[in-house]
Amino acid sequence: MFLRSMTTDPSEIETLTASYLSRIAQADDAALEAVRIEALGKQGRVSLLMKQLGAMSPAERQDMGPRLNGLRDSLQEAILARRADLASAALEAKLLAERLDASLPAVPTRIGSIHPIMRVMEELSEIFADMGFALAEGPDIESDFHNFTALNFPPKHPAREMHDTFFLKPDAAGERKVLRTHTSPVQVRTMLSQKPPIRIIAMGRTFRCDSDQTHTPMFHQIEGLVIDEASNMADLKGTLMALMRAYFEVDDVDVRFRPHHFPFTEPSAEMDVRCDRSNGQIRIGQGQDWLEILGCGMVHPNVLRNCGIDPDVHQGYAFGIGVDRLAMLKYGMSDLRDMFAADTRWLKHYGFSPFLVPNLAAGL
Amino acid sequence: MKFTLSWLQEHLETEAPLEEIITAMTMAGLEVEHVSDPRARLAAFSVARILEASPHPNADRLRVCQVETRDGIKEIVCGAPNAKAGLLTIYAPLGSFIPGTGVTLEARPVRGVVSNGMLCSGAELEVDGDGDGILDLAGDLPVGLAAAEALGIADPVIDFEVTPNRPDWLAVAGIARDLAAKGVGRFIPKTIGPVAGGFQSPVRIETRHAHACPVFAARLIRGVKNGPSPVWLQRRLRGIGLRPRNILVDVTNYLSYDQARPLHVYDAAKLRGVVHARLGRAGESFTGLDGKAYGITQEMCVIADDSGVLGLAGVMGGETTGCSLDTRDVLIESAWFDPLRTAQTGRATGIVSDARYRFERGVDPGFVLPGLDLATAMILDWCGGEASEIMLAGEIPPAPAPVTFDPASVRRLTGLVLPTAEIKKILQSLGFGVTGSKTPWRVAVPSWRRDVSGAADLIEEVARIAGFEHLPTPVPQAVQGRKPALSLGESRARMARRALASAGWHEAVTWSFCAQAHAQVFGGGGEDLLLANPIAADLDCMRPSALPNLARAAQRNLDRGFGNAKLFEIGPAYASAEESGQRRTVAAVWQMRPQRAWRSEASADIFTVKSDCLRALEAVGAPLASLSLSPPTASWHHPGRGAVLRLGTKPIAWFGEIHPAALRALEIEGPILAFEINLDALPAPRAKGNRARPLLNASELMPLTRDYAFVVDEALAGGDIVRAALGADKVLIADVLLFDVYRGAGVPADKKSVAIEVTLQPRDKTLTEAEIEAFSARLIAAVAKATGAVLRG
Repeated sequence: MFLRSMTTDPSEIETLTASYLSRIAQADDAALEAVRIEALGKQGRVSLLMKQLGAMSPAERQDMGPRLNGLRDSLQEAILARRADLASAALEAKLLAERLDASLPAVPTRIGSIHPIMRVMEELSEIFADMGFALAEGPDIESDFHNFTALNFPPKHPAREMHDTFFLKPDAAGERKVLRTHTSPVQVRTMLSQKPPIRIIAMGRTFRCDSDQTHTPMFHQIEGLVIDEASNMADLKGTLMALMRAYFEVDDVDVRFRPHHFPFTEPSAEMDVRCDRSNGQIRIGQGQDWLEILGCGMVHPNVLRNCGIDPDVHQGYAFGIGVDRLAMLKYGMSDLRDMFAADTRWLKHYGFSPFLVPNLAAGL
Repeated sequence: MKFTLSWLQEHLETEAPLEEIITAMTMAGLEVEHVSDPRARLAAFSVARILEASPHPNADRLRVCQVETRDGIKEIVCGAPNAKAGLLTIYAPLGSFIPGTGVTLEARPVRGVVSNGMLCSGAELEVDGDGDGILDLAGDLPVGLAAAEALGIADPVIDFEVTPNRPDWLAVAGIARDLAAKGVGRFIPKTIGPVAGGFQSPVRIETRHAHACPVFAARLIRGVKNGPSPVWLQRRLRGIGLRPRNILVDVTNYLSYDQARPLHVYDAAKLRGVVHARLGRAGESFTGLDGKAYGITQEMCVIADDSGVLGLAGVMGGETTGCSLDTRDVLIESAWFDPLRTAQTGRATGIVSDARYRFERGVDPGFVLPGLDLATAMILDWCGGEASEIMLAGEIPPAPAPVTFDPASVRRLTGLVLPTAEIKKILQSLGFGVTGSKTPWRVAVPSWRRDVSGAADLIEEVARIAGFEHLPTPVPQAVQGRKPALSLGESRARMARRALASAGWHEAVTWSFCAQAHAQVFGGGGEDLLLANPIAADLDCMRPSALPNLARAAQRNLDRGFGNAKLFEIGPAYASAEESGQRRTVAAVWQMRPQRAWRSEASADIFTVKSDCLRALEAVGAPLASLSLSPPTASWHHPGRGAVLRLGTKPIAWFGEIHPAALRALEIEGPILAFEINLDALPAPRAKGNRARPLLNASELMPLTRDYAFVVDEALAGGDIVRAALGADKVLIADVLLFDVYRGAGVPADKKSVAIEVTLQPRDKTLTEAEIEAFSARLIAAVAKATGAVLRG
């Protein structure tokens, strides 16, 4: 019979193999299943052929066994491979069909910005924290005592006039409070409430009744105060030079200490940094010009006495820096007044990413 | 304070170039602000002589001149009426920049004739010159001489800042003394002995208020012939911007700058009775040299005679008794007025004068008489006449008390290492008297250094002259035992800042003040927070909140065409002038404008700012779970859109829309979404022994969820259902999510259906169906009890 004759003819098996493989290669999912049943199902041709092996002579079985096993394995393998191909082609087609136009605008969530003044205050407090200074605080609306008298401004002295002080209207008791003209009243508050050694910075809003291109009625200062038994003017200069190197991130800053006068320090100095203004922009650290950057000095004995500290035992230094100007110098803003205008274009341009956290490890 | 180089050189013998003098001044504390060197400014210009001036062929008013210049003979077109042969004038070559016109000269034809340079007027060179036309130089000046030399203005003018503690720097002599100490040259003392008087002055003087005017000295010079001052003196005054008048007046101005010794001269013929210093009387008035009338108060010190007030002591003289060219007998006043009173009078009258500037800083009491003698000698020299004896009323204030000084303190306070002899030499060169060979020294303070009262002042003098550049600069030492440097408030500010900036908000810094009217809209504007001297009328009040300033800033951005501003500020708000009235707040304002989008999305509303408000609160560590929500309370809050977040009864924050009426008052277009957090109202974290966290209690068992829908009154807050559900079982319930609010079919008209999903976290064992049923019953009962809700069937 046909089956029998086939089994005895190896060339028939080869033909059968080629025919099935060719059908598998072109099958879709349904055709593939049909081929599988037709060949390998319980009643499939290959299955039936293999059932006949038991009836063969050992010699025939020796010959036909491997042939039929080979036929079955190759068909199984081809069906699996074809099935995988079909599945991946189907997935590919599905994905293409669900395509989205990725060029359309994203949902507009943006990162905002941090104001440069706040950024610089964070940078400075980072540097000072590294030098062991802790933050002290005080109010913006101050008493005359904290802002002036305790700081050795004699009443009605011309030095008070130089501060262009904002006054509040006198209260019921006749006391006339002021908007602090500098952060120095925090020195007084600290010395009145703490015993030496003292090592603090204070920063925040300060106010003077002045408005032009280089002055705004409100500005920011950062103040330092060190009181112990030995800190002297050389330590002050060393500290400030270290500050400048760290803040401007340069190896060396050429600075100049110049005698000056403040009622609350003696000796007093102003510090200039070397700068270059030749191209309309100020560059720090080199050049022919000097730029005034801060005032400082040894705390006046009268100030120590006013705060209950014995100047024969304790001494120390203080300094005050204009934060807004430092910000402008480092980051290249040209007009102080823009700092307070809240123009969103300016804020986006000069502001800082919240993820650029100033720290000494990453660089300021 | 301005002075010229040649003036300085009268008091300082020095070969030092200008540059070195300027640096020495600055490094001694006399901060040079500006140097004007006419030699440099006028370097391009020189003397020239017109050889021939012929009419211009094409223009009646112009002349074509042949001019002898340092560059040879030049043909120059000139329009000046005084351009004629023989005239000596100033020539500007081609290529030079003319300061007065701002033009750089080019060779270009003027009506067809090329002009090879220009002949200059005074105005064109920005120097004094008389009348129309080009400069007409007198005398026999060589062609080619530099213009500055020819015009007698070759002297550099130095302008520097005088700190208020150093009135002695308001004298050119005082500047010279410091420069000599600094090593720039040798100080030349003005040695003038007393000028003897020949008669008793017929005009008598008195001081009737020893505190206001401790000493009043004067003398009469009779028979003077007043006239113009010598040319050198006129030049000196002009050089620093003063107008020469006549000898008698110029001498007082000269000594005011030369020795910081203000003087006043009276025409004795116009005086009536005793000239005296006294306090003013109510109702008196006086007309100053400036022609203005001033009211006198009892606080002011005046100089008066029988006819009334002659002058405001130390501030300004009067019109009626001033000297003129006709003055024959002159009374010279040299006095010492109380600095504070002088300053107050100056402020009260608004008069700014050289005398006030000096007296209010404190002039040298020791120079009252030498100054009077110097003035006498100059007047006698130039005006002739005969001087009376000096009259002295009151007493010359004593020199400052001596200071006990240990030279070792220089090193202790400054770190400067200086030999003792060097310290002594510096002090002596500044006029201090150092006696005793043993330390501590007793240092006598000169009469002109009333700013020196203690050792620290002397240390400053030594360090200043030795030079701050010699200070060592030790590297700051590392500090042991570090504690957190930031305050809690500042730490929280930083966290809130980053939370908001990372959510798309832009940080702004706005004024601490605003307009009172705006402050009132936002719950402030009280009298106690008004500025007495605001910089502008719309910045006259401390702000009760940063919201009005931010909202106005948002509107400014919109007005410029950049709407949708999302601004925040972390800064102060002021509830009172007390320290406790200042609060650290986070304020945020979004002038939300719906954005067009290619597919529709829910537009931002109060839930957007609620989310960011909670984000900031969470960032600063606020206990979100403990916050309760209550309706808006303030007049600037939209009553229906927003809420106040409270901790217990204490308000912590508000979010929502700003009330349209408030926006209208500030001229701002709404809607504005906003929030405000009072960081100071948040409790401090509990102090802990260490930073270790409690052990994590993460259950092995799967959490499960159950949904419940309740029908409630329309007015009931959804949050109340959530809170009631959370309270039903504090152990088992991990979370409650409100996920649906439904109105419509199946729900009565004045009701709504609110659906929540409750997450249960079994702790020890899996929950049985019966346990879950029991839990549901508890939850439904709890919600019903708290809110009147009915489970939706």
